[in-house]
Amino acid sequence: MTTLTLSRVTKTFGANRALDGVGFTVSPGERVALLGHNGAGKSTLMKIILGLITFDSGTVSVLGAAPGSHAARRQVAYLPENVAFHPALTGLEQLRYYLRLRGEKPGAAMDLLRKVGLGDAAKRRIGTYSKGMRQRVGLAQALIGSPRLLVLDEPTSGLDPVSRREFYAMLDDLAAEGAAILLSSHALTEVEARTDRIVILSRGVMAANDTLAALRRQAALPIHLQVTARPGQADAVARSLDGARMNGIMVDLTCGHDQKLARLGQIATLGAMIEDVEVIPPSLEDLYSHFSRQTDGSARQ
Amino acid sequence: MTRIFAAAGAEFRIALRNRWVTIAVAMMALFSMVLSAAGSAPTGALGVDKLSVTVASLTSLAVYLVPLVALLMSFDAVAGEIERGTLPLVLTYPVSRAELLLGKFTAHLAILALAVAVGYGIAAGAALYLDPRAGAGMPALFRLFWTSLLLGAAFLAIGYALSAVARRPGAAAGLAIGLWLVMIVLYDLGLLAGVVADGGGYFTTHVFPWLLICNPADAFRLYNLAASEATAAAAGIGGAANSIPPGHALTSILLWPLAGLVLATLALRKVTP
Repeated sequence: MTTLTLSRVTKTFGANRALDGVGFTVSPGERVALLGHNGAGKSTLMKIILGLITFDSGTVSVLGAAPGSHAARRQVAYLPENVAFHPALTGLEQLRYYLRLRGEKPGAAMDLLRKVGLGDAAKRRIGTYSKGMRQRVGLAQALIGSPRLLVLDEPTSGLDPVSRREFYAMLDDLAAEGAAILLSSHALTEVEARTDRIVILSRGVMAANDTLAALRRQAALPIHLQVTARPGQADAVARSLDGARMNGIMVDLTCGHDQKLARLGQIATLGAMIEDVEVIPPSLEDLYSHFSRQTDGSARQ
Repeated sequence: MTRIFAAAGAEFRIALRNRWVTIAVAMMALFSMVLSAAGSAPTGALGVDKLSVTVASLTSLAVYLVPLVALLMSFDAVAGEIERGTLPLVLTYPVSRAELLLGKFTAHLAILALAVAVGYGIAAGAALYLDPRAGAGMPALFRLFWTSLLLGAAFLAIGYALSAVARRPGAAAGLAIGLWLVMIVLYDLGLLAGVVADGGGYFTTHVFPWLLICNPADAFRLYNLAASEATAAAAGIGGAANSIPPGHALTSILLWPLAGLVLATLALRKVTP
């Protein structure tokens, strides 16, 4: 059974169509990244899944229940974008409160705070916390009571690189235990390595929904070969490979996936003129712009 | 129930940190002390014990102060959460909006009870110290205490409803002040004007008493004065008190908190985070 099923979900705010026929599923143990520009409909979609706002048409099923129903809310954790807490409470008090709301033992609060690296600040008021620390309180509350579905809106914003890695390690553990995870992010590079599937929203329309490898195949974006020439040889290399010189020593070549080996063979024949060669596959940024543009184009037609 | 108490616990802590507990207790204590000092003159001429007189004075004080303190605590309850951005997260928890409201209500009512108990306690202590017969007024004081809580409960609940309708703390504060002014000050003035203009006609005999008990503050005053020995000591509205059965007034102050909570829950359900 899938944890989350969305089918043809549509939502309009006045004349603005925020979501248009969006449908995808998230299975237990699956980590799905939701990508899109600001205003693409990511937060709206998340709020619909959580039952915070209603939708106009389509169906949404959260663990077999209606979104926002008591049964769904018991098993779903949420981390809002720019999570906020009452500044007068300490981190410990806030978490004890959330634990009790979920019917868990408040004694677990300290362990959760230690898990997100807030053990030392637990008894300070949240008003004195930095943005990153508040974000960690948000993460800690999302871990309460082994949720079956985690909906995380920009979960790593405000976190330093080390904390981000720790955070994704925590997500891996949760996914390994069978939790389904839907997260949105602007940091495409970290999503690339840490999620199983990618859903791209563009102006409320679902532009892509697949694994990263499959999206790469579909988009068939060119691969970049960056050739570093020996000093003084850059022009000759560029001429003989029919490429563009980037600076004094680098030559940039682009080619389709199927031509990659042939091109590398050509480069190899230049022998001593070449210092190094690097193969750069299309990045997630490239894929993302490709799919977003595609929907924009079809929307205009 | 656990969830209501969890919300109440957090809310009480916040009120403690924001000094709302201190402010509410200090306000009630201060006014009670002023009242006790002002009323410390001999009361032998009235023929009633000192505590009964104090209770009559406290009733007039509570009509103004208890709704004010209640509205001050409650106007921010929903609007503040919307402004801080703390509402969306808590609404994804398995807790109903009514439970969240009841949690806040429990905490605020406890603070109000504490403030009222301290205030009335001081006044009662002063009366007992000055007049050995003052023990006779204890039932009246006890009645004043629990009806004050009901009056406070009504205005807490109305304050939550205003807060949910206004959605912004500034607007909620404005509405709360306006409501206090209308229900506590202008309402009585309006009724008085009506009675004067009517000159003892149908309005005065048939409509006026009902309008009086429709307002929780007037119902509170009527019930306490009608039931008290010291009606004469506080005259004013006391005349009207005789024409309305105390049971009606009591029903009004019992129903208002319930109606307010229903209104507040409905208003909060309409809030989209």
